[in-house]
Amino acid sequence: MKHLNATIILALGTLLTVFAAAFAYDDLFRIHAIILAVHLGAAAIYMARLVKVDGSGEVEDKSGYMDGPIRIGVILTVFWGVIGFTQGVLIAMQLAWPVTNLEPWFNFGRMRPLHTSAVIFAFGGTALITTSLYVVQRTCQARLWGGAGLAWFVFWGYQIFILMAATGYLLGITQSREYAEPEWYVDLWLTIVWVAYLLLFLGTLFKRKEPHIYVANWFYLAFIVTIAMLHVVNNLAVPVSFLGVKSYSLFSGVQDAMTQWWYGHNAVGFFLTAGFLGMMYYFMPKQAERPVFSYRLSIIHFWALIFLYIWAGPHHLHYTALPDWTQTLGMAFSIMLWMPSWGGMINGLMTLSGAWDKIRTDPIIRMMVMAVAFYGMSTFEGPVMSIKAVNALSHYTDWTIGHVHSGALGWVGMISFGAIYFLAPRLWGRKELYSLRMVNWHFWFATLGIVLYASALWVAGITQGLMWKEYDPQGFLVYSFAESVQALHPYYVLRFIAGLLYLTGGCIMAWNIYKTIKGDVRDEKPMVAVTSNAKPAE
Amino acid sequence: MTYEFVRNFAGTWGLIYLFVVFVGVVVYVLRPGASKAAKEAANIPLKDES
Repeated sequence: MKHLNATIILALGTLLTVFAAAFAYDDLFRIHAIILAVHLGAAAIYMARLVKVDGSGEVEDKSGYMDGPIRIGVILTVFWGVIGFTQGVLIAMQLAWPVTNLEPWFNFGRMRPLHTSAVIFAFGGTALITTSLYVVQRTCQARLWGGAGLAWFVFWGYQIFILMAATGYLLGITQSREYAEPEWYVDLWLTIVWVAYLLLFLGTLFKRKEPHIYVANWFYLAFIVTIAMLHVVNNLAVPVSFLGVKSYSLFSGVQDAMTQWWYGHNAVGFFLTAGFLGMMYYFMPKQAERPVFSYRLSIIHFWALIFLYIWAGPHHLHYTALPDWTQTLGMAFSIMLWMPSWGGMINGLMTLSGAWDKIRTDPIIRMMVMAVAFYGMSTFEGPVMSIKAVNALSHYTDWTIGHVHSGALGWVGMISFGAIYFLAPRLWGRKELYSLRMVNWHFWFATLGIVLYASALWVAGITQGLMWKEYDPQGFLVYSFAESVQALHPYYVLRFIAGLLYLTGGCIMAWNIYKTIKGDVRDEKPMVAVTSNAKPAE
Repeated sequence: MTYEFVRNFAGTWGLIYLFVVFVGVVVYVLRPGASKAAKEAANIPLKDES
């Protein structure tokens, strides 16, 4: 009877969304409901064809762990990565050459949230869910709690959220909150999925056979719990109609701004940092085949990080209507964040202590080390930018965008690539990756892309900041805004090229993972000559 | 419950509470004898071979 329940639920879901479309309050809601109904209907038909009434076709994972959703997750992470990076290249092109804005659906205003959500929530989120389910099973020596149904619900439920968010942006459905653009009904759906995710994770922790909860799980759990809290509070809103797209935020004015950046900065802190630190604390020791440098430092790293991050949001609202004390509080906590961030970075890097030669011989380790190095660099840059005097120059300029990308491409991207390269051969029972040399190519394309991106936008941001603040002796502004836009053109072209480099790396990874899953091994020279006389560094 | 009350509570008792808990965590983690447990915990990922 496997798949029968899923088929029934999907069919009911299709029926409900068809009704929603029929009685829609506005046209956008109707189109959105039809899109969902088509996908749910197709899924229901697909599942109905898999129903085996006699109970045959039950395949248990040989490892004893539930790896089905994790396999799909690896594929989807790679897929969303390539899509998200392509989106980035497209919007970089739109900024450099405005003629490429195709109104109304594909102009910058709609494509930009599509890019940010594609990389953060589709690529990053799928990577986090996938790796967290892998790590929690391995470090707890327990199969996922709640049976196959719960795990698949969390997995596909999250993908439905991505589908609804992405199609909504292109249609023009947005509540225009940074990194939380989906409207109220998509937010409610994500809340349901997220609570199920929390139960799945907690349930697995409760039935663990290993007495101690390994630190990676603490980071993953902090990510899940905090995102639940942030998501619910930030999206408190009153819909105009229960079958319409529009809603109004419960907050107004500066309270609304503060709520948004309390959410926004902690999306960085708990989604893009804590979650991926969980990844680092598992996959780096695994790939290096040595325990983490200091387990006690990792615990202090954890508590310091979560105690401090939650207060840092106000630094996004320097020199606004927000009370001064709140701005200063945000700045002070951002500066204090240096300590846990660098503690964590040192802990990650020193895990290779005594095995530094692996950076030379193992391109996956090289990727992870570069990720941790960028974690260190962007968590150094962030506190500097949060200082009010620096922020006066940097805020609203492209420096901020450059900073975000050194963290996102460097830290989040690279550590996820490392985890994917680690997982693919193991999940499909292959001895090795299709090609290690291609991992190396990916590494260099990605690294060059990030370096070019960050440096182009440093120059662009500082140029912009200085031009905006330039006064003549009479106290008039020297430059019009349009002149500062014109001055940025060369850097926008450089940024487009940098994005292309990073995307090329992503495509190389997609090919490598595809061939690995197929079971091919590329005929290539080994990364390090076997006859080398060089001795490993001590 | 006024804004002033929440603001003052957060800035005094809330702050002290969080700070004391954090110091407690650090002391607990660094207490003598914790290093053996930490070593065992650090090896959890490496024990699993599947």
